Amino acid sequence: MNPKRCAACKYLRRRCPKDCIFSPYFPPSDPDKFACIHRIYGAGNVSKMLQQIPVQTRAEAVESLSFEAKCRVEDPVYGCVGIISLLQTEIQKTQTLLARTQAEITVAQAKHSQTQVNEFM
Amino acid sequence: MGGPGSSPCASCKLLRRRCAKDCIFAPYFPPDDPHKFAIVHKVFGASNVSKMLQELLVHQRADAVNSLVFEANARVRDPVYGCVGAISYLQNQVSQLQMQLAVAQAEILCIQMQHEPTLQSHHQVLELDQDDKALLLHNNIDNCNNNNNNNLGYAMSSGQFNSNFASPSSIMQMQMQMQDPLKQESLWT
Repeated sequence: MNPKRCAACKYLRRRCPKDCIFSPYFPPSDPDKFACIHRIYGAGNVSKMLQQIPVQTRAEAVESLSFEAKCRVEDPVYGCVGIISLLQTEIQKTQTLLARTQAEITVAQAKHSQTQVNEFM
Repeated sequence: MGGPGSSPCASCKLLRRRCAKDCIFAPYFPPDDPHKFAIVHKVFGASNVSKMLQELLVHQRADAVNSLVFEANARVRDPVYGCVGAISYLQNQVSQLQMQLAVAQAEILCIQMQHEPTLQSHHQVLELDQDDKALLLHNNIDNCNNNNNNNLGYAMSSGQFNSNFASPSSIMQMQMQMQDPLKQESLWT
């Protein structure tokens, strides 16, 4: 077997052809990356997904798949959707706090204007 | 539920097989919504979904299916970034809001310091010139950025996505710092 097989072909125990679709993105030095993606998506699905997108976008696609797969392994119920939920909650909290602070500014400015008017009179 | 006389679930219909009484998919993929299973099958594959559901407790499976459908839809809409695109966008929103909040809080501080009567009577009047105000604002924003760097922000700034990505476990630590996540029903609509 070719010792320079990519991590995907090593995992799948097959020959790594010259035009292997996985080899640019799954170096043999990082076997866990493919293992995780394969566990969640399956090699066949990942191969199909990569074939359907332009070559220059495949590296980013693999990274995002890898992230989502890791999220799913760590949180089998919600995966990365749990993070989306957290962020939406954080946005709502911050918007509320911002609105409250801006209201305080308005009140403080109005108070100051009133004070100035009183001092003038 | 599948069984003699009842309609097969959407998954068994798509997979063209008999829908058993204990079909693992049947409770979550009713026959009147074939698209739901089709999209999950396209992205994850039926056998992977089956394995994932088998590893969960029964009461967790409905939420798991909904999150898988959500992710699959996101991946079909954006084949390169999937859900990560949404996460990146939301993180940018959080950063912007936190900056705006820092600015507003600095402004409140300025107003309070300028108009606090006790400061004027007992201390040298604190005249904040433009440089002092800018410094106060800058310090507030720095504090805001430092908080941001402890969470998802440093991994997903400006919608850029690179291989130097924070692990999901470090991002999940954010859960410990924030209040318990509300698994909002609205997410599934």
